[in-house]
Amino acid sequence: MKRYSAFAIAREAVRYHQGWERAWASPVPKKEYDVIIVGAGGHGLATAFYLGKNFGITNVAIIEKGWLGGGNTGRNTTIIRSNYLQDPSAAIYEKARSLYETMSQDLNYNVMFSPRGVMMLAQTEHEVRGYKRTAHANALQGVKTEFITPGKVKYLCPIIEVNGPRFPVLGALWQARGGTARHDAVAWGYARACSDMGMDIIQQCEVTGITQAKGQVTGVETSKGAIKCKKLAMVVAGHCGVLAEKAGFRLPVESVALQALVSEPIKPCMDVVVMANTVHGYMSQSDKGEMVIGGGTDGFNNYTQRGSFHHIEETVRALVETFPMISRLKMLRQWGGIVDVTGDRSPILSKTPLGNCFINCGWGTGGFKAIPGSGWAMAETIAKGEPGALAAPFGLDRFKEGRFIDESVAAGVAH
Amino acid sequence: MLLLTCPNCGVEADETELSAGGQAHLKRFAAGSSDDEFESYLFHRSNAKGVHFERWRHSYGCGKWFLAARDTNTLEVFGTYPAQTPEPPKDLIAAIKKKRPDWKGFAK
Amino acid sequence: MSTRLQTGGTIIDRGQQIEFRWNGKRLRGFSGDTLASALLANNQMLLGRSFKYHRPRGLVASGAEEPNALVGLGEGARFEPNQRATTTELFSGLTAQPQNAWPSLEFDIGALNKMMTRFFPAGFYYKTFMYPRAAWKHVFEPVIRKAAGLGAAPKDPDADTYEHYHTHTDVMVIGGGISGLAAALEAGRSGARVLLVEQTANFGGRAIVDGVEIDGGDAESWINETLKTLNEMDNVTVVNRCLGAGVYDHGYVLAYQRLTDHTPDKDGPRHRLWRIRAKQVVTATGALERPLSFAGNDVPGVMLAGAVRDYATLYGVSVGDRVVIATNNDDAYRTAITLHRAGLIVPVIVDARPEANGTLPEQARALGIRIDTGKAIAKVKGGKRVTGVSLCVQAGEGSVLEEVACDAVAMSGGWSPVVHLWSHCGGKLNWDAEQAMFRPDPKRPPTGADGNGMLHVAGTANGYLDAASALADAGQAGRDAAKDAGFKPAAGTAPKAVSEAEAPILPVWSMPQGAGVKLQMKTFLDYQNDVKVSDVRLAAREGYESVEHTKRYTTLGMATDQGKLSNINGLAILADSLNAEIPRVGTTTFRPPYQPISMGAIAGSARAELFKPVRKSPVHAWFEDNGAVWEPVGDWRRPYTIRQAGENQKDAVKREILNTRQNVGLLDASTLGKIIVKGPDAGKFLDLLYTNMMSTLKPGFCRYGLMCTENGFLTDDGVVARLDEDTFLCHTTSGGSDRIHAWMEDWLQTEWWDFKVYTANLTEQYAQIAVVGPKARQVLEKLGGMDVSKESLPFMRFAEGTLAGIPARAFRISFSGELSYEIAVPASQGRAFWDKCLEAGAEFGIQPYGTEALHVMRAEKGFIMIGDETDGTIIPQDLNLNWAISKKKADFLGKRAQERSHMTDPDRWKLVGLLTENPADVLPDGAYAVDGTTAPTGIKTTIGRVTSSYYSPTLDRSIAMGLVKHGPERMGEVIDFPTTEGAVIKAKIVDPVFFDPEGEKQNV
Repeated sequence: MKRYSAFAIAREAVRYHQGWERAWASPVPKKEYDVIIVGAGGHGLATAFYLGKNFGITNVAIIEKGWLGGGNTGRNTTIIRSNYLQDPSAAIYEKARSLYETMSQDLNYNVMFSPRGVMMLAQTEHEVRGYKRTAHANALQGVKTEFITPGKVKYLCPIIEVNGPRFPVLGALWQARGGTARHDAVAWGYARACSDMGMDIIQQCEVTGITQAKGQVTGVETSKGAIKCKKLAMVVAGHCGVLAEKAGFRLPVESVALQALVSEPIKPCMDVVVMANTVHGYMSQSDKGEMVIGGGTDGFNNYTQRGSFHHIEETVRALVETFPMISRLKMLRQWGGIVDVTGDRSPILSKTPLGNCFINCGWGTGGFKAIPGSGWAMAETIAKGEPGALAAPFGLDRFKEGRFIDESVAAGVAH
Repeated sequence: MLLLTCPNCGVEADETELSAGGQAHLKRFAAGSSDDEFESYLFHRSNAKGVHFERWRHSYGCGKWFLAARDTNTLEVFGTYPAQTPEPPKDLIAAIKKKRPDWKGFAK
Repeated sequence: MSTRLQTGGTIIDRGQQIEFRWNGKRLRGFSGDTLASALLANNQMLLGRSFKYHRPRGLVASGAEEPNALVGLGEGARFEPNQRATTTELFSGLTAQPQNAWPSLEFDIGALNKMMTRFFPAGFYYKTFMYPRAAWKHVFEPVIRKAAGLGAAPKDPDADTYEHYHTHTDVMVIGGGISGLAAALEAGRSGARVLLVEQTANFGGRAIVDGVEIDGGDAESWINETLKTLNEMDNVTVVNRCLGAGVYDHGYVLAYQRLTDHTPDKDGPRHRLWRIRAKQVVTATGALERPLSFAGNDVPGVMLAGAVRDYATLYGVSVGDRVVIATNNDDAYRTAITLHRAGLIVPVIVDARPEANGTLPEQARALGIRIDTGKAIAKVKGGKRVTGVSLCVQAGEGSVLEEVACDAVAMSGGWSPVVHLWSHCGGKLNWDAEQAMFRPDPKRPPTGADGNGMLHVAGTANGYLDAASALADAGQAGRDAAKDAGFKPAAGTAPKAVSEAEAPILPVWSMPQGAGVKLQMKTFLDYQNDVKVSDVRLAAREGYESVEHTKRYTTLGMATDQGKLSNINGLAILADSLNAEIPRVGTTTFRPPYQPISMGAIAGSARAELFKPVRKSPVHAWFEDNGAVWEPVGDWRRPYTIRQAGENQKDAVKREILNTRQNVGLLDASTLGKIIVKGPDAGKFLDLLYTNMMSTLKPGFCRYGLMCTENGFLTDDGVVARLDEDTFLCHTTSGGSDRIHAWMEDWLQTEWWDFKVYTANLTEQYAQIAVVGPKARQVLEKLGGMDVSKESLPFMRFAEGTLAGIPARAFRISFSGELSYEIAVPASQGRAFWDKCLEAGAEFGIQPYGTEALHVMRAEKGFIMIGDETDGTIIPQDLNLNWAISKKKADFLGKRAQERSHMTDPDRWKLVGLLTENPADVLPDGAYAVDGTTAPTGIKTTIGRVTSSYYSPTLDRSIAMGLVKHGPERMGEVIDFPTTEGAVIKAKIVDPVFFDPEGEKQNV
């Protein structure tokens, strides 16, 4: 792999950029791999990357029905934070956040991680108590957060109306090292690194069946033929239920649409990420200048990647109330993604009823921020055959035991 | 923005009048059931990509619950029927099969 | 230079001059002008700067597709960034500023010279700015952010208002050109309700400009006649300045009407968002012209041929004295002819096709215009304005044959139907190789609730570029839509259009065919985002082969025009780079809205107080008049405390508590949920709903009950009163009434539908006022009318009667540990009763108290609060509430769940009281207790947490409740609570009942 750098750009500029090589190869699938990962989104690619980097397993194929990074990795609002209440969540999201800090250097691909700070507004007394509790938990988890006053909220984000007539801002949970990253770059950077390690990223290849013998997985059937494997990981977010059905088991998961929208770009006016859960909306400003806005999920099962407009309306209404200056901005584009929501709205990283078949799903509305941590923990689970400390609490067995990881406790929603 | 006809009051209701209530025709497992049965009842959903039977409440209308058969991939609504129906009506099943020959049929 | 012609301009009124300001200069235009046409008329070609390279940008188009002419419109509270000059109608006093240029439009420091752009190809930022690590956040990103971003951010809150409008229609027609008019007319004749919307002020679309003849007359007469007919039809509504913004599932259409943008002095909402349910939709959205890809095609003065014709015909504006035409189709000849007839010079028509012998080329030839076939533009000369072009052969690599001086270039790469609305909701496209365009596939339309197609496309938008076939298609679309909406199309003859026959287009994706990389680097696809042909080729070479990858890697089509001009050209280049067919590469997804719509319109009138309506108790107004500090609780507002003059919040709470404990307090408890459960099976039903046994409750008695979810977690609590044999009144928490009522209905309707039970949520039918404290009975006795003695009305009983002449139901229940009566009276008399209580209680020292005093007093008594002690993960057993869980019942909601291994785990944290070693220290809300060990994940092990913590004025020390691992077995132990500031507060584990453990005060 030729390294990317300012010098490389200068060198290529002289020859009109004719010498850049492919970021990732486009191979024909081999007959067999040690590990097949289904799903070349952020989580699948990160899983592959850490299989190679941490465990030296590189005989890996990542199979993708569409184009890599084309699912929720490329459709989210790019927020990265780890100020979660429950210890298992804080552990994996903080692992992810800390890996984001060095991801550009680790991958030699600028993913533009920008720790501009994330604040979650408290707009009821109940929320104040919830976020104070989270701040206490975070202090013990090694996650740096603080509960800040309305004055500090206004200082950090001058465009917020803190004295709104309906839900004045009473404070906020502030994570200074939370922020955003360029979502596509995360997928592309991992893909390039995986390809460089000799892994095969096979796009436009749909898994049509999962073959097994004696309770163990033996391979997959795909639109490009049958491929054998020793271990299989399903990392397909919204479509995990469809895939699990092919493998013969059901998941505690439902797929629903989550929507987002952007405004037309304007000059910088907001340096932080703001989440307002009482009124239900969140907003940040991208490097291009667009206000990037998200809200809640639709209530019904949906695979269309389209949502219902009334959710957009509710979100925009909430944010116009919180940031009155956006009223004269215009919505440029709205879109939807299909998120997989579990029974406790926390993810699943787990062994499955099928031997040597592992699953990573259920990230719901919070997947992007977890990508490196999720990949790290999943790679460990696949390589060792048993979950490590990060993944262990997220096993499928918790639903039977009643051992939930419920993040709605503090925030009402888990974005 | 779905439109579903409430079988109780006959109104063709906009999604904003309705609340979604998840998969229909679940059998309740209570005291005395096994851990597996109870887990399945609470959490394992068909999550079908395609024909799906689900519960809705006409919350901002007559207030009544009803059931619907809908395609989660096209959002086509095959039909709605009262909540007090243990299994999908036969004529509805037949109508869906006609439109979706590959459909495997109703399964809980 | 561009200027106003002496004559012409079908939609301007030369009698009405309008003054406006642009970039600080005072300029003049005419009524009917857009800001764009008025600027051109004043020779303002340079209007903005591009996003990435800050290159000079001028007008390219005349409508919604314009990528460049974005301006900052208005000032102060009416400032709006990124407003399109082409869709801004001119009005008197309009003020506009250029964007994205500093210090000025003419001298923009951000503009990068030719050498620098070479270092910034597509995706360059992914390859650099990585070292040192902190530099991205602190150096590179701030610079990039400052350079990006187009318009300025509005500073002031919006001075305008917005509204929503809901309507149903049988057929909605989007687009008011001749196709839309014809479709609306046909649909309207069937008797269907028809709604026709047109995004601009004027109807008729391109037909007027193109000189189409309809039914033997000119297009304008037919348009006016048809509009008149439509307006006279009762079943047809016609709205202009109304954009069909998005098509959503099941016939939901969003339209965006700009009511006062063109007359800002007029009162009323600025925008109206139409939310439409249509049985059928017809899109008659026309087509957009594509630019041609030649070097220098972004220099101000290079414009779309159709737009040049629009400016001349509609506005009487010439874009230049000498206009070179570059084309691959016949349509651009209309521009040449129009300009020639206006007295302007067309030095040459450069036609990439080997020959041009159609009707229009022949007309041009007859006028003496030079036509060069098989030729291309090698390069445009000029910086901030076109000065000339060099010509070459199309088949070659760009060797210059000749240079032609000119001050504008009108280009046409063919037309692309506007298929956005068709695609929003899943309609599929076919590639029409002959016409080089994507067009809707009628076999794969977006489908409605019934699974059938819900959208028809009419006319040009359907791929019928000539007026004759477009009009025929549109009429058919209108009839089809009416039929599909359940109406019978009327008989009658359809209008017929005549337009010149056109020779086939030659797809030209690169001009010249063999343009090398140096030319490609100057050939722009996306003008606003500075995406060049070389960028798309680079993306393909680097493996970003999917059209979505290319789009994202290069930012092609991601600008504020969403690729209206660039998408097809870009993907044709991508297909060529990949050696693939265009349809195999496919398009990116079309997403709503078609044109940007204001956030204000989306939010509508739900602003400020109307953002979310406040639920008000019957006593609300009293609090408002008497110093209440409000706290939102659900949709309600409840008084946190009621301050007296000169008092701070803390002192007020203290006073309220002490007065209630010593004298008597008055609480508005009206927000508590009150649900009637009635019927022969009511007891059986409540036994399933509550963890306690409710069926054994006797009429006249009250019982505290717990409700769990099916997942076992405590969800609500409250006192149940049995009113008579088959009627129960269930009190819920303030935030819980609607949820619990819905929950009851869920079980009754969908699981236990054989139960004979009705429920009714009476929360707002009653005011509920608690008279609390040692002197409560005296107050009630003074009110008179009911025996409230200990004997007649003991604890946990209720009685009905009148108090102070008001019908009342008095419950002997207590959430404070005091002698307490909760009095329910009809809501309409709630305020009267409140006032009478204050009046009668005056001599006993009665004082109202708020929610904080309520919370402190219940904590003093160790009563749990849903939402404090519970958080959705707590089971009653955690709170030592086993006494409220019936052992006799075979089943209740949550019972099975509570038998799971994690629920019966002896290590679950349990409720205890916590007393800090220093009584002045109040444990912070939500603090966790630690045991000094650390988990493998590096997280400190926690063994408990604070759930409620207050300073108790009654006990004059801090108190807290909390959940602690093995807590009840560890009474007297001291555990550590680290604070977020790094201190550690030590607290002793004690019984959670801090005050009057024997209940002596309440049982009097």
